[in-house]
Amino acid sequence: MDTNPQPNPPKPPVSRRQFMRDGARATMLVGVGGLVGLLAGRHASNGFVWQIDPAKCVRCGLCATSCVLEQSAVKCVHTHAICGYCRLCTAYFVPEPNALSTAAENQLCPTGAIKRSFIEDPYYEYTIDEKLCIGCAKCVEGCNRFGNGSLYLQVRHDRCLNCNECSIAKVCAGDAFRRVPVDHPYMLKSTTSH
Amino acid sequence: MKEIRNPKAKGRRKSETRRPNHPAPAKTSFSAFDLRPSFGLRISALGLLLLCAFAVCSFAEEAAPAAGRFRFPPPEFESGYKLPDTTTPPARALVMQYVDVAVFLGALGLATWLTLKKRSRRGIVALSVFSLLYFGFYREGCICAIGSIQNVALALFNSGYTVPLTALIFCLAPIVFALVIGRAFCAAVCPHGAIQDLVLVKPVNIPMWLEHALGVLPFVFLGAGLLFAATGSAFLICRYDPFAPMFRMTGSFLMLSIGAVFLIVGMFIGRPFCRFFCPYGALLRVASVVAKWRVRTTPDYCTQCRLCEQSCPFGALNEPSIPATPVVRSDERRRLVRLFLLTPLLVVGIGGVGSLLAGPAAKLHSTVALAEHWLHHQKTPPEYPAMDPDLLRLKRADKDPKQLVSEAAAMRAVFIRNGWLLGGWIGLVIGAKLISLSLRRTRTDYEPDRGACVGCARCFEFCPNELVRRGLMPASAPAPPPAAKT
Ligand code: SF4
Ligand code: SF4
Ligand code: SF4
Ligand code: SF4
Ligand code: SF4
Repeated sequence: MDTNPQPNPPKPPVSRRQFMRDGARATMLVGVGGLVGLLAGRHASNGFVWQIDPAKCVRCGLCATSCVLEQSAVKCVHTHAICGYCRLCTAYFVPEPNALSTAAENQLCPTGAIKRSFIEDPYYEYTIDEKLCIGCAKCVEGCNRFGNGSLYLQVRHDRCLNCNECSIAKVCAGDAFRRVPVDHPYMLKSTTSH
Repeated sequence: MKEIRNPKAKGRRKSETRRPNHPAPAKTSFSAFDLRPSFGLRISALGLLLLCAFAVCSFAEEAAPAAGRFRFPPPEFESGYKLPDTTTPPARALVMQYVDVAVFLGALGLATWLTLKKRSRRGIVALSVFSLLYFGFYREGCICAIGSIQNVALALFNSGYTVPLTALIFCLAPIVFALVIGRAFCAAVCPHGAIQDLVLVKPVNIPMWLEHALGVLPFVFLGAGLLFAATGSAFLICRYDPFAPMFRMTGSFLMLSIGAVFLIVGMFIGRPFCRFFCPYGALLRVASVVAKWRVRTTPDYCTQCRLCEQSCPFGALNEPSIPATPVVRSDERRRLVRLFLLTPLLVVGIGGVGSLLAGPAAKLHSTVALAEHWLHHQKTPPEYPAMDPDLLRLKRADKDPKQLVSEAAAMRAVFIRNGWLLGGWIGLVIGAKLISLSLRRTRTDYEPDRGACVGCARCFEFCPNELVRRGLMPASAPAPPPAAKT
């Protein structure tokens, strides 16, 4: 077929080849249409994002190293309502700390991303500085194993590229990554759904 | 109550003894009580020890003591302290997805107009640069049409997954376009194609036999990508995408260097990824063979001046065919019959090979991988040094090994079936390729191959008729009577 119909010779009768071509095209278009029909009931207009199921995460540490981003999109988050505000926080302090002080050698977090501040006797508040957190899950392990489990890892969607195949998901030791609807993009712990 | 000897080992989850169904004695535990008040270090060390012991017995459901039964009851503050909220930064705004889709469709339409109507190489280059910047570096090459076929495959075979609208449109719109007007998507919309097209500085033609032999690979990749996606094992096409890491400007060293190799090779061999690997290009190639309208080198009629002969860097420009003598014809017919007989053999033969390779391939599925790992360690029990990701995985398998193994066996059966399918598909592709090479085409003009032409508009400028059309050459120069077109 021509796109520029200027000096066209009179149209030849439809050749066999042309006929087959038209037929194949029609078939394929119908096929595409069928596919759309099949998937119409199954499409989600707003799509999915990746998230970590905190109940499945085994704190393997791969989140920190396997993301396609230089600094992982996974960060530690804190549900304060669950936190015991412990003076000796097993997420904050290394085992057998020299002193319960904020001195660097006492801190479990490799980047010093957890801020510890006194609230009232004997309670201390712990907050995560997400800029520093690398998602290594060390604190999460400490908190879940010996504490209330108020710290856990989440994919932070302001950072995540929403890769078609998350490269952490494919190595995650706990098989904890899943696609969640974009309008409920987090799997947060709470006092009830703990 | 068993105890860990060395409290330092607590972070490493060493030698746990597990007591399922042991209630987590959160409220009553004195170790919990001990810890909070300021008792000096020795006590806290002791507390830690007790805590370890406590942790060991409550390990079973470490992560989920029931509501209200926290190890350390959350305090009630007297100082009016307000609990900070957990922040939830939202994902990219939904409306932006619609913007992407609109830009995508707009670019497809524009590419069509530029190749078919405007016939402007310059326009194609400009649109390529835009697509590279938008879909490549801004959208970071994800989601792309190439990968979206996996989302569609996954959605077709897994009722739990629904394909996002963006992925659906990215996948199907270029195919519909290809069915009607050829590979407009490849011409200037695909960022992967654009980056290769733009780095091509000194095209070198490769021999046709090599072109055709390597041309089978995209179909193989297509089959493999779809099967692995459909079984929910992996998105191979994303995993081995050489350009996405480049668009993100971060990624594994291996994939970045493969991308660099493609670009360096691509400076001399036109679009190596498109021609020899791209699975989506394979689909578009098939679709565009039956397209209604097509790209033509000459704007009106071919004068057989042969000026364009070497102009296509992608080996997509075909010469006019030589009329066949009866002897040649009957030779060709015999060869065709032989190929038609050979194809089923290829299908079955390579299918069998595929089913043999299915075992190792099944390991890409997480369930199968875990089960294999577990079975392996049944024979050679691990020594439990430090808990690395591998051993953590194993522990997961320990929960219900029977079910895991049976699930893995079922998945493996699926893979063996898929091995047959994929092998058969490869056989079919090779057979079809051979047959298509032996089919006689009657061509009177130099014209782009319907499937292989990506519509880059390079060859147009070699045609004297095109130069006349643009007013760059006087119309009188070569004007033989219009040749009849097929
Ligand atoms: S220990 Fe790791 S996960 Fe926890 S805050 Fe520090 S960097 Fe983040
Ligand atoms: S989807 Fe991509 S960016 Fe997001 S967490 Fe996974 S690997 Fe990182
Ligand atoms: S990779 Fe999986 S198991 Fe490991 S820390 Fe991340 S979410 Fe947890
Ligand atoms: S062949 Fe593949 S990579 Fe190349 S332009 Fe087409 S879709 Fe893009
Ligand atoms: S328009 Fe088609 S035939 Fe012409 S140079 Fe480009 S790819 Fe080759």
